[in-house]
Amino acid sequence: MAEYKLTTPLTDEDIIKLKAGDVVYLSGVVYTARDAAHMRMVKALDEGKELPFDIKGQVIYYVGPSPARPGKPIGSAGPTTSYRMNPFAPRLIALGQKGMIGKGKMSDEVKQACMKYKACYFASIGGAAAVVGSAVKEAEIIAYPELGPEAVRRLVVEDMPLFVCYDSYGNDLYEMAKKEWAGKFSLA
Amino acid sequence: MAEVRDVSVKDVEEAIYKLALEAAYHLPEDILEAEKKAYEREKSPVAKKVLETIFKNVEVSAQEEFPLCQDTGLAVIFLEVGQDVHFTDGYLVDAINRGVERAYKDGYLRKSTCHPLTRENYGNNLPAIVHTFVVPGDKVRIIFDAKGGGSESMSKVQMMKPADGRDGIIKTVVDWVIEAGPNPCPPVIVGVGIGGDFERAAVMAKHATLRKVGEPSPDPVLAEMEQEIYEKINNSGIGPAGLGGLTTCLGVHIEMEPCHIATLPLGINIACHVNRHKEIVL
Ligand code: SF4
Repeated sequence: MAEYKLTTPLTDEDIIKLKAGDVVYLSGVVYTARDAAHMRMVKALDEGKELPFDIKGQVIYYVGPSPARPGKPIGSAGPTTSYRMNPFAPRLIALGQKGMIGKGKMSDEVKQACMKYKACYFASIGGAAAVVGSAVKEAEIIAYPELGPEAVRRLVVEDMPLFVCYDSYGNDLYEMAKKEWAGKFSLA
Repeated sequence: MAEVRDVSVKDVEEAIYKLALEAAYHLPEDILEAEKKAYEREKSPVAKKVLETIFKNVEVSAQEEFPLCQDTGLAVIFLEVGQDVHFTDGYLVDAINRGVERAYKDGYLRKSTCHPLTRENYGNNLPAIVHTFVVPGDKVRIIFDAKGGGSESMSKVQMMKPADGRDGIIKTVVDWVIEAGPNPCPPVIVGVGIGGDFERAAVMAKHATLRKVGEPSPDPVLAEMEQEIYEKINNSGIGPAGLGGLTTCLGVHIEMEPCHIATLPLGINIACHVNRHKEIVL
């Protein structure tokens, strides 16, 4: 288990050194999008239109933050459950997206896309949302403001702690971790 | 004849307002205690780290600037109304909804209700989900549950076969929670409803998540089942945030009611480690 500090946009070189279970402290710009924003982005692609941001090397954070209090860039901002983005992620990865941040399992298609195009799925701690929110430096809505919490935001983060969950070699941290600890519980 | 007691719905609105704000920013004590106990027992270094982050999250949130979770939930309300209560000053459910709307606005809480098909966000977190029960007496007990979507999505009702019995129920619950894995934000609290009918099984399961965490059922048969499920789930290895460890669930709570001779309804409702619920008696 290694630790890395990385800054977006990410490159193939960044991705290939990461292994499931590594800890990454991520800094720089990340874009937020959940179900509704993904539906719109994929629709835009279907219609031959541009995405609201250049996706090459970027990381998308699956989050719908709570409203910012006055003077704060954002409210609480923990990850949402990622499987709902299964239908969309492989397509965006093929276009150059390098990372997803979320919680929970994703599909085999996503794992395959991570291997084929060199990308990573990062797990964040669901429900640690006040900690993450208070570490966001800047936030700005850049697309679909009418979606409220689901609008696409451009965040600037500093040392956001993440776990490499699916690496570009087909490893799956959730499966590995489960195997390691299964059968070891005792009340003593 | 018992005297009828007037309760103003304005007081209900105020109570809901306060409970919603408190739930969003302050984790119930019993859950934090259960997590601290689990921390002592935990052997995985990653799991310890995750739990430490969760403790920090509780501290940051208690300053009332950042809610415990960005998903501040659907407002689910269990309302036990004494039959000698008479509500005055307007319609009860409108008052509840006003309390919810104001709290979610003033507290900078996320509005998470939408049209099921168009997915258009209503922008006010309404309507609240209200389960009303008429009970003896002249009091009103309000339990406010801010239910997040991640754990709610990992819930289900299954119409079991009567022959499945105790062991079939245990296996179904354990397999289901393990399959849900990291999705509902473990460590979770598992609510189980056995019997009743289709919808009662679901309501019991959700209600069971609101019991003081880890407190066994008064029914020794159920208490034993709770313990067995608890140990099996914690032996899955899933761990906090699904990153491996011995702390996958903090408690298993079962409620049970008689059912039809041809049925065995089973409800499973998962609550995440941010199991926000507060209550008051008026
Ligand atoms: S399941 Fe609970 S902790 Fe996880 S994101 Fe939803 S509300 Fe937050």
